[in-house]
Amino acid sequence: MAITYLEAIREAQAKLLADDPRVFIYGQDVGSFGGAFKATKGLAKEFPGRVLDSPISEDAQVGVAIGAALEGMRPIVEMQFADFSTCGLNQIINHAATMFWRTNVKCPIVVRLPSGGTAGAGPFHSQSMEALYAHYPGLVVLNPATVEDAYSMLIAAVHIDDPVIFCEHKYLYYHLKAESLPTEALPVGKARVARPGRDATIVTYSAMLHEALACAEELAQDGWQIEVVDLRSVKPLDTDTILGSVARTGRLLVVGEAFPWGGVTAEVVARVATEGFGLLDAPPMRLNAKDTPVPYHPNLWGTHRPTARAIIGAMRELLHA
Amino acid sequence: MLQTSDFASVKPQTDTRCERYLGAFRWMLLARVFEEKLASLYRGGKVVGGVFLGKGQEALSAALGVSLRKGDIYAPLIRDAAGRFAFGETLLDAARTIVGSRLGPMRGREGNIHRGKPREGYYAMISHLGVMVSTVAGGLIARRFKGVKDVVGATCIGDGGTSTGSFHEGLNMAAVEKLPLVVVVANNQYAYSTPTSEQYACADLIDRAIGYGVRGHKVDGTDPQACFDVVGEAVARARSGEGPQMIVADLLRLVGHGEHDDAHYVNHALKVSPIGRDCLDVARTQITAAGWMTAVQMDALREQLQAEVESAFATALREPLPDPNLEDWRALSTESLAEGRA
Repeated sequence: MAITYLEAIREAQAKLLADDPRVFIYGQDVGSFGGAFKATKGLAKEFPGRVLDSPISEDAQVGVAIGAALEGMRPIVEMQFADFSTCGLNQIINHAATMFWRTNVKCPIVVRLPSGGTAGAGPFHSQSMEALYAHYPGLVVLNPATVEDAYSMLIAAVHIDDPVIFCEHKYLYYHLKAESLPTEALPVGKARVARPGRDATIVTYSAMLHEALACAEELAQDGWQIEVVDLRSVKPLDTDTILGSVARTGRLLVVGEAFPWGGVTAEVVARVATEGFGLLDAPPMRLNAKDTPVPYHPNLWGTHRPTARAIIGAMRELLHA
Repeated sequence: MLQTSDFASVKPQTDTRCERYLGAFRWMLLARVFEEKLASLYRGGKVVGGVFLGKGQEALSAALGVSLRKGDIYAPLIRDAAGRFAFGETLLDAARTIVGSRLGPMRGREGNIHRGKPREGYYAMISHLGVMVSTVAGGLIARRFKGVKDVVGATCIGDGGTSTGSFHEGLNMAAVEKLPLVVVVANNQYAYSTPTSEQYACADLIDRAIGYGVRGHKVDGTDPQACFDVVGEAVARARSGEGPQMIVADLLRLVGHGEHDDAHYVNHALKVSPIGRDCLDVARTQITAAGWMTAVQMDALREQLQAEVESAFATALREPLPDPNLEDWRALSTESLAEGRA
């Protein structure tokens, strides 16, 4: 039985609701409709009163989650698209993220962000917000790239006593399949070597993992052995695993789908440059989306974001540097 | 929340109306003398950061505090010292937060009015106005999940705060969920320096209640008896399942936005109008007229409260200050997920 990335998210929520009476889901159209992407399909019926439709009020959605968390609940907020989470940004970064530090009371909320680009989605339904949230103290930011991680990391996220931003990639929702749901998982906060190699390292996460793996596969035909590291969690960032890989390969390309200024790829390069400069045989490289809003038409979108083709180009440059 | 035992020596009381009034009056007066001390400390350079006072709003603030019970949820705003004390905050915790004591609830990490004890239902406001409306609503949803009945959540805001999207989103969702929420709007005529004419265009803020589908209550915020009655009724209606209640109290902020602000922009006509009355003066008049206390007794009470305030600050000022070398520089409660502490 094959299960998709999206179904894994739905199954994780079903398990959470079944196992823990503190869990509830709050979001737009998540109730009987089952969510814009059907990530909560059937859950309102299966768990009456625990999957609540909210008004179009992202700020209030997060505010409700914060208040409920203070009272001991484990709320999951679904943002219809990651892009709309900016309307709840204040509650996330100034309220939820500061709560434990200010008051010594935990604020265990999970905000699910359907993230990243898909063909035709355009500027307001395509964004990758992880860097924005990772910038603020007090948040955990997770970016599962596999069906297994989508399932196990969402379950782990709800058990974390701190606010978690769960960036699930829409491009992977239907395309990515696994044979079954996982029974064990790496701990949250640990990166994973998705493909071992010795000539260069690609550090990436989320949908870009699959572009990077395609790149590694193609370059393998030329005899290059490219190591691919899947960050899984962008905050905390597993610097040790990154440095371990760079120590093996001496060359680093960091790939992300988000905008180029600052961000996760810049943070990875900064850490390697400051903590592992001596490990590098060539200047580290970054590959990101372009510094424009995300375009609508596939002809433009396919070039705006990194693809396996673009990663291969960058990697050839790096290998010959 | 009533601590009428303080008045047992004043006059034997069997009248609950009197007890309720004098109980609330005590919190009003405590807030006033506490804030007078605060202003004095600020002028003496003993307070880092801002000082924001609630002079003129004590009756409204105390009215809400005494209407709530242990187990309710309360998210006050910046001019709510009276309500905070009435809800159960100790003078010592308030003083500790002001001076930054390491032993206080905020441990020097936050100051002045950004204090609270969420575990006791006393939420700590953030500076971004309106967010506490949905947050209290979320607390009430949690109570509903747990099957807790007979509970009320209340939050306070000003005329300026009603202009935020957050306020709108919160009150709208609370109305949709029919939660036992009370929102108290202190319409104190100025949001920092901005007059109400530049804040909203409706004839009266209370007109918004019908738009949200909540019951509205209008009250003269300078009249303590009216505040106790109206706020008490709104809280009772919320508690009995009638859904969100919105109170709009007209009054005048009798101080600057903070102690750094001389409030020169306040229209003189407002100061001499009925809403410019000091609710504590009105309280003294009402108490005297009812024969519940004499002027001498009220002065004695003020002195007693002043001594309590002095004692709290004296204690807080002797306590250890936050120490960067002892500080746990970590924003997450989950140690294994905290990033480096560089």
